[in-house]
Amino acid sequence: MLLQGNEAIAEGALRAGCRFFAGYPITPATEISEVLSVRLPQVDGTFIQMEDEIASLGAVIGASLAGVKAMTATSGPGFSLMQENLGFAIIAEIPCVIVNVMRGGPSTGLPTFPAQGDVMQARWGTHGDHPIIVLSASTVRECYDMTIRAFNLSERFRIPVILLIDEVVAHMREKVIFFEDEKIEIFNRIKPTMPPEWYIPYEDTPSGVPPMANFGEGYRYHVTGLTHDIRGFPTSRPDEIGPFIARLHRKISSHFSEIQMAEFFLTDDAEMTIIAYGCVARSARRAVIEAREKGHRVGLLKLMTLWPFMRNAVERVLQTAKVLLVPEMNMGQISREVKRVNQGVAKVLTLNKVDGTIITPSEILSRLEEAL
Amino acid sequence: MPEITKLIHHYLRHDKKFPHVWCPGCGIGIFLGALIRAIDRIGYEKDEVVLVSGIGCSGRLPVYVDFNTLHTTHGRALTFATGIKLANPNLKVIVIMGDGDAVAIGGNHFIHAARRNIDLTAIIINNSIYGMTGGQSSPTTPYGMRSTTTVYSNIEQSFKISELAVTAGAVFVGRGTVYHAKLLDSLMEKAFLKRGFSVVEVISHCHTQYGRQNRLGSAVEMMKWQRDNAIPVEKSLKMRPEELEGKILIGVLVDRELPIYQEEYEKIRERAKASAERG
Ligand SMILES: Cc1ncc(C[n+]2csc(CCOP(=O)(O)OP(=O)(O)O)c2C)c(N)n1
Ligand code: SF4
Repeated sequence: MLLQGNEAIAEGALRAGCRFFAGYPITPATEISEVLSVRLPQVDGTFIQMEDEIASLGAVIGASLAGVKAMTATSGPGFSLMQENLGFAIIAEIPCVIVNVMRGGPSTGLPTFPAQGDVMQARWGTHGDHPIIVLSASTVRECYDMTIRAFNLSERFRIPVILLIDEVVAHMREKVIFFEDEKIEIFNRIKPTMPPEWYIPYEDTPSGVPPMANFGEGYRYHVTGLTHDIRGFPTSRPDEIGPFIARLHRKISSHFSEIQMAEFFLTDDAEMTIIAYGCVARSARRAVIEAREKGHRVGLLKLMTLWPFMRNAVERVLQTAKVLLVPEMNMGQISREVKRVNQGVAKVLTLNKVDGTIITPSEILSRLEEAL
Repeated sequence: MPEITKLIHHYLRHDKKFPHVWCPGCGIGIFLGALIRAIDRIGYEKDEVVLVSGIGCSGRLPVYVDFNTLHTTHGRALTFATGIKLANPNLKVIVIMGDGDAVAIGGNHFIHAARRNIDLTAIIINNSIYGMTGGQSSPTTPYGMRSTTTVYSNIEQSFKISELAVTAGAVFVGRGTVYHAKLLDSLMEKAFLKRGFSVVEVISHCHTQYGRQNRLGSAVEMMKWQRDNAIPVEKSLKMRPEELEGKILIGVLVDRELPIYQEEYEKIRERAKASAERG
């Protein structure tokens, strides 16, 4: 099947069980809205175009709280508007998925060309200390798979999950093969099984993720963006806030292996490893193949989970690599993290491009050759 | 036990750490009574009621009552409520906002929710000021009045929230005051029972902020002002514009029928399914 990245995201969402979408049109994410405006009502779902992106994420959070898997999609300007409600979903622990098809920025920037400038915003855009999960995709098939993964992680850990997509991946048409017997795992939020009078909505559990009751199912409780106690009521008591915020972080940090996903391509003996994500990982793969043909021991670490940052994956390639190259379509956002993990072990090179054009295999190759 | 005490015991949350956050004498408490009475009279199950609020003194109301309660971000309560209602149309979704919440930061959401005619009830507690943050001017602070950010005088014109709601397309709009408790009870009941986007503007007093800065006296004196300056809509029709200067119209401002979003969307689903079948 020939599919566009944005269409694959929409189909992936439906496959994951998404039945609510609220959004506001913005290039280069609009096709996701358009497809879902057609597809959702066919499956008894709801599509609504809101008055802005603040409203879009508000509606998505509301729908999720009422028990329906929900998503929104936007680009930089809209993503900036969503930051306050994003923090709300984090503190109130309401699952939802936010797709950000990145454009060049700042501001209205470069709407129809690729860039990867929102990596740090996705991590730190909303105020206050918080955990977050951010995923990326390089192919149309991955757009589909990572959307499903975004929903699964979001439901599993009761946290908003951000899917950061490059404009070229979103607008690219590729052949995608779906096999009839493909097994796709779908995770649904864990609901309380105890009687309502025993339900303590924000009580700690071994996993750090409390079961979630949907509004209207008989478990009446309070949801707030204020720091709250285990019953959900606002609190300013240090002995309640400390454990609460710690749990929010622990539920993610104690599950890195479930959340983090990367591909290692010819890295086992690599003296030079490229660390890339999104469309750049495609160019990097090509560059690795060409470099290998010339006899260089080069590998690729493709990050599919951007946040929490994959320290383990970088440490693994550092076992053999003397040089790490981080090509990015920004001024160096993931490369900072790589340097932080590297701690001077290998030489970390960057290759940054912010002119709205993609990084090509030959640009990566020549940067590698400079270092040889 | 008197009837009212029984009601309070039935609907207030017992596990919530009282005392509440409001100043003694605040109008929000009177409104809470009207809300509980209206819900009780209609006989909604607690499980089917969702109270959604924004941020402000008014926004703190839901935490005290035993429903599904959601305290959102400043100005955005209606957007969350929209998602809840569309996701589960069986819920009775009631949104409580302050004036700043509803028509300053949330003004865009307010007019669009009214225009869309989603089946929600929006209640705005209009105390002419930003209470929670300490008495700054709001879009409903009258011209010439003082606030902590207009100490020389407010030079802006104020919004008439109910009239705004009528223009934006709400199917039911009523205005009451916390002094006119009976009227408030009946407006709330009518609004809850109305299908579509219904609005109740509740004129309230913030004696600690607005009252103090403008020397309007105690809570009681401010309520007397409400008594003396409110004119029923029907009576106002027979009055000259000069006589209505500075007065507040109370009662039902509009009660009409317009297509309701959910019902319209049901038709969209049917069409979508039919076209999917045709391929
Ligand atoms: C985005 C954002 N901006 C500002 C605030 C600070 N803030 C809290 S309540 C409030 C105003 C409340 O006034 P109003 O809505 O009239 O409600 P009241 O307190 O009078 O009931 C403001 C500005 C906030 N919480 N969030
Ligand atoms: S500050 Fe004003 S609005 Fe807030 S609780 Fe006190 S009297 Fe009421």
